[in-house]
Amino acid sequence: MWVSRPRWRGRVPAMEVTGWLRAWPLYRQLTGDDRLGRGVAVRSRRTEDLVARTDEADSVVRSVCPYCAVGCGQRVYTQDGQVTQIEGDPDSPISRGRLCPKGAASKNLVTSPLRQTKVRYRRPFGTGWEELDLDTAMEMIADRVLAARRDGWEDADPDGRPLNRTTGIASLGGATLDNEENYLIKKLFTALGAIQVENQARI
Amino acid sequence: MITERSRLLGSLDPAAGSGYVEPPPRVGFFTDTSICIGCKACEVACKEWNGIPQDGIELTGMSYDNSVGLGASTWRHVAFIEQRVAAPGAGGDETGVRWLMSSDVCKHCTSAACLDVCPTGSLLRTELGTVVVQDDICNGCGYCIPACPYGVIDQRRSPDGDRNVGLAQKCTLCYDRTGAGLEPACAKACPTDSIQFGSLDELRKRAAGRVGALRAAGVADARLYGEDPADGVGGAGSLFLLLDDPEVYGLPPDPVCTTRDLPAMWRRAAVAAATMAAVTAFAFLGSRS
Amino acid sequence: MNADCIIIQGSNMAEAHPVGFQWVVEAKLRGAKVIHIDPRFTRTSALADTFVPIRAGTDIAFLGGVINHVLSNDLDFREYVVAYTNAATIVSERFADTEDLDGLFSGFDPASRTYDESSWQYAGNEDAGGDSEETGARRQVASALQHESHGPGIDSEVERDETLQHPRCVFQILKRHFARYTPEMVERVCGVPAEQLLEVAKAWAAASGRERTTTLVYSVGWTQHSTGVQYIRTGTILQLLLGNMGRPGGGILALRGHASIQGSTDIPTLFNLLPGYLPMPHVAQHERFDDWIGAIRHGDQKGFWGGAPAYATSLLKAWWGDAATVDNDFAYGYLPRISGDHGTYRQVLDMIDGRIKGYFLLGQNPAVGSAHGKAQRLGMANLDWLVVRDLFEIESATFWKDGPEVATGEIVPEECRTEVFLLPAASHVEKEGTFTQTQRMLQWREKAVEPPGDCRSELWFFFHLGRLVRERLAGSQDGRDRPLLDLTWDYPVHGRHDEPSADAVLREVNGFDLVTGRPLASSGELRADGSTAGGCWIYTGVYAGGVNQAARRRPGSEQDWVAAEWGWVWPANRRILYNRASADPEGRPWSERKAYVWWDDELGRWTGHDVPDFQVDKPPWYRPPPGATGAEALAGDDPFIMQGDGKGWLFVPTGLVDGPLPTHYEPAESPLPNRLYGQQSNPTRVVYERADNPRNPSPPDEHREVFPFVFTTSRLTEHHTSGAMSRTLGYLAELQPAMFVEVSPALARERGLEHLGWATIVTARSAIEARVLVTDRLRPLRVDGRPVHQVWLPYHWGVGSGLTTGDSANDLMGVSLDPNVLIQDSKVGTCDVQPGRRPTGPALLDLVAGYRTRAGVASMAPERIVTAEQGRG
Repeated sequence: MWVSRPRWRGRVPAMEVTGWLRAWPLYRQLTGDDRLGRGVAVRSRRTEDLVARTDEADSVVRSVCPYCAVGCGQRVYTQDGQVTQIEGDPDSPISRGRLCPKGAASKNLVTSPLRQTKVRYRRPFGTGWEELDLDTAMEMIADRVLAARRDGWEDADPDGRPLNRTTGIASLGGATLDNEENYLIKKLFTALGAIQVENQARI
Repeated sequence: MITERSRLLGSLDPAAGSGYVEPPPRVGFFTDTSICIGCKACEVACKEWNGIPQDGIELTGMSYDNSVGLGASTWRHVAFIEQRVAAPGAGGDETGVRWLMSSDVCKHCTSAACLDVCPTGSLLRTELGTVVVQDDICNGCGYCIPACPYGVIDQRRSPDGDRNVGLAQKCTLCYDRTGAGLEPACAKACPTDSIQFGSLDELRKRAAGRVGALRAAGVADARLYGEDPADGVGGAGSLFLLLDDPEVYGLPPDPVCTTRDLPAMWRRAAVAAATMAAVTAFAFLGSRS
Repeated sequence: MNADCIIIQGSNMAEAHPVGFQWVVEAKLRGAKVIHIDPRFTRTSALADTFVPIRAGTDIAFLGGVINHVLSNDLDFREYVVAYTNAATIVSERFADTEDLDGLFSGFDPASRTYDESSWQYAGNEDAGGDSEETGARRQVASALQHESHGPGIDSEVERDETLQHPRCVFQILKRHFARYTPEMVERVCGVPAEQLLEVAKAWAAASGRERTTTLVYSVGWTQHSTGVQYIRTGTILQLLLGNMGRPGGGILALRGHASIQGSTDIPTLFNLLPGYLPMPHVAQHERFDDWIGAIRHGDQKGFWGGAPAYATSLLKAWWGDAATVDNDFAYGYLPRISGDHGTYRQVLDMIDGRIKGYFLLGQNPAVGSAHGKAQRLGMANLDWLVVRDLFEIESATFWKDGPEVATGEIVPEECRTEVFLLPAASHVEKEGTFTQTQRMLQWREKAVEPPGDCRSELWFFFHLGRLVRERLAGSQDGRDRPLLDLTWDYPVHGRHDEPSADAVLREVNGFDLVTGRPLASSGELRADGSTAGGCWIYTGVYAGGVNQAARRRPGSEQDWVAAEWGWVWPANRRILYNRASADPEGRPWSERKAYVWWDDELGRWTGHDVPDFQVDKPPWYRPPPGATGAEALAGDDPFIMQGDGKGWLFVPTGLVDGPLPTHYEPAESPLPNRLYGQQSNPTRVVYERADNPRNPSPPDEHREVFPFVFTTSRLTEHHTSGAMSRTLGYLAELQPAMFVEVSPALARERGLEHLGWATIVTARSAIEARVLVTDRLRPLRVDGRPVHQVWLPYHWGVGSGLTTGDSANDLMGVSLDPNVLIQDSKVGTCDVQPGRRPTGPALLDLVAGYRTRAGVASMAPERIVTAEQGRG
């Protein structure tokens, strides 16, 4: 582990010269120890001000990589409400701060310009997407869930044994979701009588 | 062989030779290719941290290497080399296969030609002994590009709108991170610790120990690359443990700091110019006769 | 990390789990031997000491050869085997083996292709096994999945011969069963030279025993077969024989492929399970509450399933609160009933047949990621509505406008009636909650930022969907609406989007005392009288002491190597299951080097590095009183506490649909006949015989030369599953920028394939195109005297969205399933490979139809699955 040390801050020997002159690389090159102009003499303002953006983060939270099931620890750095860096959590006894290319691309995943951030709707027989308000979409989906539930409802099997279910609704997914989410999914679908609930674990 | 004179007045400690008073220990990379799994986490972590643009979605057919080589937008590059080898128990038939993987990076040379030729002072030797491009100084003249004996540094040409298009770009050894006490992004991410970061003295010891262990275990071809202070670049700040000849990995077997012979070259150039002038004059005179 | 040898088979660990692979590398640097067995030389093979190329689909034959070597040379860890496994148990005299029945076990019913288990039982317990009707029902509902947390039931008192000499003891049966798996036979079946088999067998055995342990690693390279469960059983037998279970550096590591795929099985979004592996009630088997409870508890059997009534009741209380009372069997009647196979592939065929109205896809992309892509897309094109919740515009959301069937004319946008809602989802940093990783560890994620735009978590979506549905039904007098209206659905919300509290949900999952509200500390505190609620009994303890244990983050560097204070592992924060087996029968570590959990005489309790997986104060010399049941009935040296007899099962008398022992069957699609038995392939596998699910011919069918090559598919490091989370990212797409197929130089010569050119790969289902990579990493194997060519494809590409697109390998697959868990056999099939690009438009359909005609697929006799002499008689 690399040990933190204060950044070297251009320890140019003190001289009685004006600031603007001292900031001029050629002056520093000719008067300092770096006669070839490869080191202290040529350090730019931006170089002097360089800081790691993780040091400027407003917050850092503990997370877990969303790809495979190894469960590597991640630290998520944010600034002004934006994710600025995601990297391995060195405290994790599972991953010890390391990430694979996918884990290392997590910020790319979260901030990708290809991400969908608006509801898109395709009406039956439609040839393109339309926009739809999220609340409207939720109301429409609730209506359709109840209709499909009703259409596929089965009270009992041919022998009269209770079924209390609908085969009108199916669902696939969950392996990339949280336990709490899977719990609510299973709980709601079961209460709806929807039994056709599956996820990647079957695949 | 590097001599003091041929180093353009440089000193053995590159930071001290660049005006840093009591610099911290020189740092670098040790890349142990014998435990590289070719996952390319180093390439991605480097791009994520440094905001390097994506540079081409093109299948190359060079095994699993689709980044091709180091460049302005690829500061870590994993080479994949598929070799036929004798299969165990097959009577020496070359039916077995060996798959070498190695993550290449800027060598942060002790004698860095890119630094020597840079007319603007954009290329900088840091107090850590590393070599970085200062984006706010670089004017894109491109002199550094042919100067690098490894073909590491290059001018960024795309995408349009990228703030560093036109500038020379290469690995900074995450100068911003190391200043904050962090490892470079590639070394931090590397799943198997194939890429290690630290003080060069410590890494040299680790590398020597590892190559010794591999040889003792019968891996006769294990060797170090870039660790010799007597090589053509005065030793590199990035050491590699290789399992085959450097050229197999696309590394020059005998890299030479292109400015090493600069003083001698100037002398020879002067002689050549004089000779040319004489020959021209002679030819001119001759044609007249 | 503590292993002396690491066997990786059915897994490409370095590529699919790179960060986990650091521990393999670390063990290797310390001197452990790493062996990789795989059809293809991968980045895992590159780091292995030994690579063994094997014909895809023949792993049981290979491992059978290792078992045979171990048993023939007395290399087993005998003391462990006698004390901790069922090796000494005597099996019914009615049992007949595949040796006697040409590849079938006794009890086979050819008409239903199911077994009557009674002859597989321990002697004297013949009544305990299911008849073939029952095993058939189990096959439909993938009941083996219930055994994830515990073994199936078995009666307690059994006859044993600890000298292992009795001809009907499990040990002797095992010896006879695997005697046929000689090195020469392995070579004939697997294409693995005999000396390589012996090298592996010797290394495995040498690195096992008192002082040393070997670990076995597998992934979906084992599960995705028509005999997938039996693959894992074969590994289990070896690890038990060599004494590697329950010990540090030993065990079997199932590397799972998704962030919380373990969690989604524990808290199952699966049709046949309720949380904690409780079965979904079956219409016939669990008509009444007592039937259901009894089925979970397996009567009065030994082991920890005695708590079943408490687990089940607490779940019902968690869901229906005050409406769940003693008088109404805790609202058991609110649970809908399953009646057979409702699995994802059954669903897709039902969609094609118009039987399903609406479909939710939650972070899943079956148009690319599931077998038989065409069936997936045609099914989705025949719905009333589809809700896709994802981060990106995935192929499953756009099949109606740019899927492959639009190009062929099979889907016409103007005629496709499916209404599609694409709802953007919140990413992993935009919500809080737990993932359960591959070693059963729950880790809480903190929220970093708000999700952008309309993006919402699944928690938000389902909570509010439930709210809207309940509002619509408010006041309903219809009995079918009671389960919804009585549902406990009052989670606190926060933030501007009314995000429900994941913390509150986790508390409910953990369970609490209904009187005091106190979170329960362990599943032992759950009650059957209705005084506790708990959503998933195996997770009870994750909120012990009112503290979110999954959020614990004590740095690994400040802990010992077990790191018990990072996250929380079910059950009871136990890191290695069955760790009582890490001590000898007297409770002492087998060796100092491998000490893990042991009996401390002075303290009078089990102690060690981990939470003991044993009743902590039960001494090694404890013997149960006559007539004891439940945990009481387990002796002090019965480490496998979830099994009815406390033993590790070398032989499985009940619970598996396809036999008590693993047997090599050829894959459902194979170019070769089974050299071991007349029975060609798994006789009990699940098939869907339909014109839209055609099968390539396999022995004994004719025309199999039409599809002469073997293909297999898997992942690349640079991509993830269907590519939805990787082909969309520039930094990953550029690293593997195109769909390709890997072929050997020999096959390239034979078929005129050019490196970087195009190839078309054809099966009876479809034809896809891919760029060609000619590589020495694939080479033809000599199998039974002839070369067998294998080709490999990644399955990450799809036609539609992403920075790189391409044909999908899953389009080549048909659907046939393992009978125990209903997982598809997508790791091996047969195909043809031709140079050049595939035709486009309707011409593509013509090409595939031509192949089907030449292969005689349409006129193929009803599938001849039962090919054993005895099965036909």
